[in-house]
Amino acid sequence: MLSEQEKQEILEESKAYPHLQAVCVDALKIVQHHRGWVSDDSIQDIAGFLKMSVHEVDSVATFYSRIYRQPVGRHVILICDGMSCMIMGYENLYEYISQKLGIRFGGTTTDGRFTLLPISCLGDCHMAPSMMINEELFSLLTEEKIDELLKRYQ
Amino acid sequence: MEEKKLNIQVDGISYEVSSGKNLLEACLSLGMDLPYFCYHPAMGSVGACRQCAVKRYKDANDTKGRIIMSCMEPVAEGMIISVNDPEAKAFRTSIIESLMLNHPHDCPVCDEGGECHLQDMTVMTGHDYRRNVFRKRTYRNQYLGPFINHEMNRCIQCYRCVRFYRNYAGGTDLDVFAVHDHVYFGRHEEGVLENEFSGNLVEVCPTGVFTDKTSKKHYTRKWDLTNAPSLCVHCAVGCNTIAGERYGMLRRVMSRYNGAVNGYFLCDRGRFGYEFVNDQKHIFKPQIRVPDEKKMEEVSEETLSVYLSEALKGSKRIIGIGSPRATLEANFALLTLVGKENFYFGLSKKEQALVQLSMQILKEGPAHSPSLKEIEKADAVFILGEDITNTAPMVALAIRQAARTVPIGEAVKSGIQQWHDSALRTTIQDQKSPIFSAIPFQTKLDELAERTYNASPDHIARLGFAVASLIGNPANEVKGLDEEQKKLAGQIADALLHSNNPVIVTGIHGGSVDILKAAANVAWALSVAGKKANLSILFPECNSLGLGMMEGKPLAEAIDLVQRVEADTVVILENDLYRRAEKQTIDRFLSNCKKVIVLDHFINETTLKADLLVPVGNYAESEGTLVNNEGRAQRFYKVFPSEGSIIESWRRIRDMMKMTGKKEGASWLIFDQVVSAMTDAIPEFAKISGHLPEADFRILNLKIKRQTSRFSGRTSMNANIEVSEPKPPFDVDSPLVFSMEGADQVPPSSLVPYYWKPGWNSYQAMNFYLDEPNGSMKGGDPGIRLIEQKEKVQISFFGNDTATTLIPKGKWLILPVYRIFGSEELSSMAPAIAERTPAPFVLMNRKDAQAMSPNNNGLLTLKIGQVSMEVSLRIDDSLAEGVVGLLVNLPGMAYVELPDFGELSQ
Amino acid sequence: MERPLTEHIRQGTALTLKEYLKVGGYNGVQKALKSMAPTDITGLVKSSNLLGRGGAGFPTGLKWSFVPLGDGAPKQKYLICNADEMEPGTFKDRYLMEGNPHQLIAGMIITSFAIQADKAYIFLRWAYKKSELVLRNAIEEAYEAGYLGKNIMGTGFNLDLYIHTSAGRYICGEETALINSLEGKRAIPRAKPPFPAVSGLFGKPTVVNNVETLSWISHIVEKGVDWFKALSITGEGGTKLFGVSGRVKSPGLWELPLGIPMRQVIDEYAGGMSDGYRLRAVIPGGASTDFVPAEQLDVKMDYASLPPIGSRLGTATMIILDDQTCPVAFLHNIERFFALESCGWCTPCREGLPWVEKILLSIEQGTGREEDLEILRHHTKYLGPGNTFCAHAPGAMEPLQSGLKYFHDDFMRHINEKQCPWKKRN
Ligand SMILES: Cc1cc2nc3c(=O)[nH]c(=O)nc-3n(C[C@H](O)[C@H](O)[C@H](O)COP(=O)(O)O)c2cc1C
Ligand code: SF4
Ligand code: FES
Repeated sequence: MLSEQEKQEILEESKAYPHLQAVCVDALKIVQHHRGWVSDDSIQDIAGFLKMSVHEVDSVATFYSRIYRQPVGRHVILICDGMSCMIMGYENLYEYISQKLGIRFGGTTTDGRFTLLPISCLGDCHMAPSMMINEELFSLLTEEKIDELLKRYQ
Repeated sequence: MEEKKLNIQVDGISYEVSSGKNLLEACLSLGMDLPYFCYHPAMGSVGACRQCAVKRYKDANDTKGRIIMSCMEPVAEGMIISVNDPEAKAFRTSIIESLMLNHPHDCPVCDEGGECHLQDMTVMTGHDYRRNVFRKRTYRNQYLGPFINHEMNRCIQCYRCVRFYRNYAGGTDLDVFAVHDHVYFGRHEEGVLENEFSGNLVEVCPTGVFTDKTSKKHYTRKWDLTNAPSLCVHCAVGCNTIAGERYGMLRRVMSRYNGAVNGYFLCDRGRFGYEFVNDQKHIFKPQIRVPDEKKMEEVSEETLSVYLSEALKGSKRIIGIGSPRATLEANFALLTLVGKENFYFGLSKKEQALVQLSMQILKEGPAHSPSLKEIEKADAVFILGEDITNTAPMVALAIRQAARTVPIGEAVKSGIQQWHDSALRTTIQDQKSPIFSAIPFQTKLDELAERTYNASPDHIARLGFAVASLIGNPANEVKGLDEEQKKLAGQIADALLHSNNPVIVTGIHGGSVDILKAAANVAWALSVAGKKANLSILFPECNSLGLGMMEGKPLAEAIDLVQRVEADTVVILENDLYRRAEKQTIDRFLSNCKKVIVLDHFINETTLKADLLVPVGNYAESEGTLVNNEGRAQRFYKVFPSEGSIIESWRRIRDMMKMTGKKEGASWLIFDQVVSAMTDAIPEFAKISGHLPEADFRILNLKIKRQTSRFSGRTSMNANIEVSEPKPPFDVDSPLVFSMEGADQVPPSSLVPYYWKPGWNSYQAMNFYLDEPNGSMKGGDPGIRLIEQKEKVQISFFGNDTATTLIPKGKWLILPVYRIFGSEELSSMAPAIAERTPAPFVLMNRKDAQAMSPNNNGLLTLKIGQVSMEVSLRIDDSLAEGVVGLLVNLPGMAYVELPDFGELSQ
Repeated sequence: MERPLTEHIRQGTALTLKEYLKVGGYNGVQKALKSMAPTDITGLVKSSNLLGRGGAGFPTGLKWSFVPLGDGAPKQKYLICNADEMEPGTFKDRYLMEGNPHQLIAGMIITSFAIQADKAYIFLRWAYKKSELVLRNAIEEAYEAGYLGKNIMGTGFNLDLYIHTSAGRYICGEETALINSLEGKRAIPRAKPPFPAVSGLFGKPTVVNNVETLSWISHIVEKGVDWFKALSITGEGGTKLFGVSGRVKSPGLWELPLGIPMRQVIDEYAGGMSDGYRLRAVIPGGASTDFVPAEQLDVKMDYASLPPIGSRLGTATMIILDDQTCPVAFLHNIERFFALESCGWCTPCREGLPWVEKILLSIEQGTGREEDLEILRHHTKYLGPGNTFCAHAPGAMEPLQSGLKYFHDDFMRHINEKQCPWKKRN
């Protein structure tokens, strides 16, 4: 079952569209916002609310890269692997973070704190290398900066 | 849009093609070898696979040209294209190279092998060298239920499956997941595919991702099948099928194109119901009742003959009971044997009345009974009292297409091509043609309806009468409607009057005479209003209408006759009477008969009561004519050669005529003679005569072969029995031959045993048997319409004297409910269908259910008359208070005549 | 030099409505809604020759003119602002949205009026959290001030403006895929024709324009065609946001006249190459444009000048490939992106790009073969324009085809030495 809050947010968003099903992508994002990721149960909840089949909703959900169909850690680190960040050395930073956290791309730390994922160009090329943690953007990254950031997110 | 003829130039040669088509369709219609995947004639073009590329030149001076997708290009006057241009060819080869990067090349173990469109196209484009050195991607497969096998690694991502399943058939539980080269076609999680048309995935998928699971259990390569043009016997729609046999077993059923009937598709009951033919209930040997014993004993043909002859000769009066699941010819033979005055319809009392009323409506009024194709083109539909998805599934599929007729018409007016599927869907979104459905409970088609009206049959009839009176029968105003009914009637009348091609669909499954009359009134009123009056009446069995066109008396009269000892011997033709009346009635009837002679092909309750049990051929073992809902007579042909005691009913009865000295039929030697005797005797059937090639038809002196040229093992198949190669059995009854030797030409449309063209081994070869995509079979679609409406007749509308049903206290009004899987006699013997057959249940609304079963354990006892049964409880809130739906016709279920009142208890 | 789009943008905070009004904001809206007919506005934009700034450079006024107006046309029409900016190397739309959101909103109001749309959407990239905040705030201000909503400025014109934040996919930037995504579906491109202007969002006439394109509209309406045309060096009209990233001294973004030489942007504005790095080639406008080799740096940066030297202006945000980055690895990075972002609809793109990606990786890792180059070359033609369903794969092939040409020696060294020469050095 969707929470009242989730339902409210979805209905609010649905005002922008002529029919309820059009809010599908937004609904997935709203539910993920509240639950961290989109489980099979969440898919069912959304399908029920939007009067769609679970198959349809999952078809949409699995298309988009920012809908997580697997559990993620409390914080998601998205390292930009775009061209400018590559030139500016994201690979070394990735190795550095990966070593520190003991996970590769796609992994989640055993304490459930971080999930590490690549993301394509963040539109921050002039301040590469860049990454996002959850919804926040960090630019001109160095190893020191990363040390500090990893501490900040508990 | 008006169809014009256009001239196009392909590789320097001018051709005339029809307008309104795309270039791929035009090229295929011209018989060219142009590969494609994502295009499907029934579903149009989306331009995804890029396989159909050709070169197009601006004008005669353009030497470079550019690559276009032929499926996305409308044909245009004077257009210059090249199929053979080296660049276009190389491009098409590259597409196959792309598709083959990950394809497992497991053809030797793939069910599709040998009839795989991907194989054909790979050979056609000439891709033969693998440059890729990387690993192939692999997927996990899903369990999809008893019908369909899933093997995702073979997928070439043409998207046809989801386009068919979701867009065409309205399914919601198959979809595409993920993205880029990881796209996956299946379900959100494993489970039974729910849509009633899932079996078409087998044919729609161009490779071996979705294959026939029932056939897998006794798999045979396509080229090793002995096929015959056949018909589906599992409802009255009359879909055309191809049935294939090997080693004496029916191996599978595929759809056979008929532009006026089923088009490219079949429903799952039709496709997977065939296995009853192989069931252990099949009767292979004559049986007689051992005197003074309950036991039956198998006997030889000779012994049977002695006993039969004795029984027939020693009888005072023989009566015959015909059957709606037996062919016209078998019924006619029986009628000839016993004489008109002794021929009875083997129908229930209610059904007898409804069939006869339907005949009257169809024959005496101005209502036209539409073909499926015509239903597809309907721009307004009014459904009265039928759960079509469960009683005539393919009609439901046609209505699903009709739901798009109006918006497609609008889109086409605005310049979008009819075949341009993606553009149509973009533009149409969720617009629909007006569809109204009046039915006591929820049905699948409700989702398409502008309005659904759920009420008991009397209310539905009244709504129908009200609509008719608003349209063109003002004298028959319906009194006492509430505001909502009035409004709805107005809305429906309006929609029908504003349409060009309205279709009224009703049927006799619900058992309501009033609804049938109301539907007729609506159709007739439309004709008064100057509209086309399409009225489709849905019948339960494959030859209900054919039987109805003959003259026969009600079963009840036969029962009386025997009771009065005016007749003592009964011949029952392919009919389990325990499905026609209450058990006690039939028990009494059969025990009153001195001799019960039963002709049937499988053991059922009636055959168990026979004194003489005469085995006959089922549809795969005989030939015959069936008349479908539309009134179209169609012929099916033997898949199996006649063998042993498996002899067609008409031959069996002919032999009985020899015994009784009945001259009319005793001399019939071949099937054509029965047909001509029948068409001479019964004027209604006159048109059947001569509409099909007779048994002596030949193409260049050769018969039409049931086996492909690649049929293997011809000389060794039966070597374990006999080393010398036996002569192929001769089929005296048809122009078909049980052999791989015969004419190579395309046979007449109703005699097509399989589709094949050099280079096209898959089902897609069917393109070349049609005059154009979605059109008719070359030479006309199989079958002949027997009933045409009377145009200028004085219409005598039915009076609207429907009585309001008052439910007595403590009782419930029990209405029949049908399910596609389980409610049909023959198919329910097939294991895969049996797996999908629900346990007996009743439907009732939540409030009634709570009152009935407060602790919700859901098990109830239902009593109707003398019959009592255990049923589970299902909620359907659309049912009116006090009204209950009972799933009927399940195998083994006691017969009750519905609607009726019943009692429920916990 | 005039910088109409960016002159009021400052570091840190966005221009508020009050501040925007102070510098003459919404004057264009006043003028358009009160004194111009919809077709006049379209005519004006047409004669300005404003070319779409989303990458393809399609004439904006012409696009609008395809929208059917009048009684026979569908009543419902839509405007969509394409703010999905995901082209690798591109960071211009974000700058405009975060800096001057009302400039975009004003442009959207006028455009909606011109095509008679009463609903408009900003399709915003998920990752642009700050843009989202700024825009939501600005939209609220605009509603409060009566620039959005019912009966705008008493003209009887209504407009509702919504933000949809995407769920992340590059293909969402393709305008028809964007429309599907906005309808809540998988972002698969649609067949064209019919073009969105005729049958777009929910089957209704729809215009999709880029952020930068729409940001121009109010200026053009207010100051006229001649003013706009005079802004550029070459004939195309207007300024353009130019960006430079990579190993330059001061990477960044600047509004400069169209037609400015590439060398000038790199040397003068971006400060030239960082010490110790040599420029090898430039990707002029996002990952889907062909390399411009070092010898061609004098090319003028506008829509017409780049095609003759085998490239495109694209988004005009340049990425500099330096001599210490392996060009094969660089191309692999690009093609991995495109392969993963293929929507999976059409065969050549879905299957071709991953193959290309795998080959590039194997060459880069030293296991490539010379015949692989032939397969790559084959794909640059096979996945060319017209052969695939949309422009995604053809875009992906642009850097590859020029890369194969300009870096042939580098490819051969990988193959012959069976390792990456750059990796060896480290
Ligand atoms: C694969 C692909 C991605 C695209 N991504 C974007 C994008 O992120 N932003 C954008 O404005 N246009 C993008 N476009 C171009 C749009 O399809 C469309 O042409 C543009 O939004 C039109 O706006 P304009 O005419 O104002 O330039 C993309 C095109 C393709 C083929
Ligand atoms: S080129 Fe084809 S597969 Fe690639 S993104 Fe476009 S439509 Fe999708
Ligand atoms: S058949 Fe034409 S693109 Fe698939």
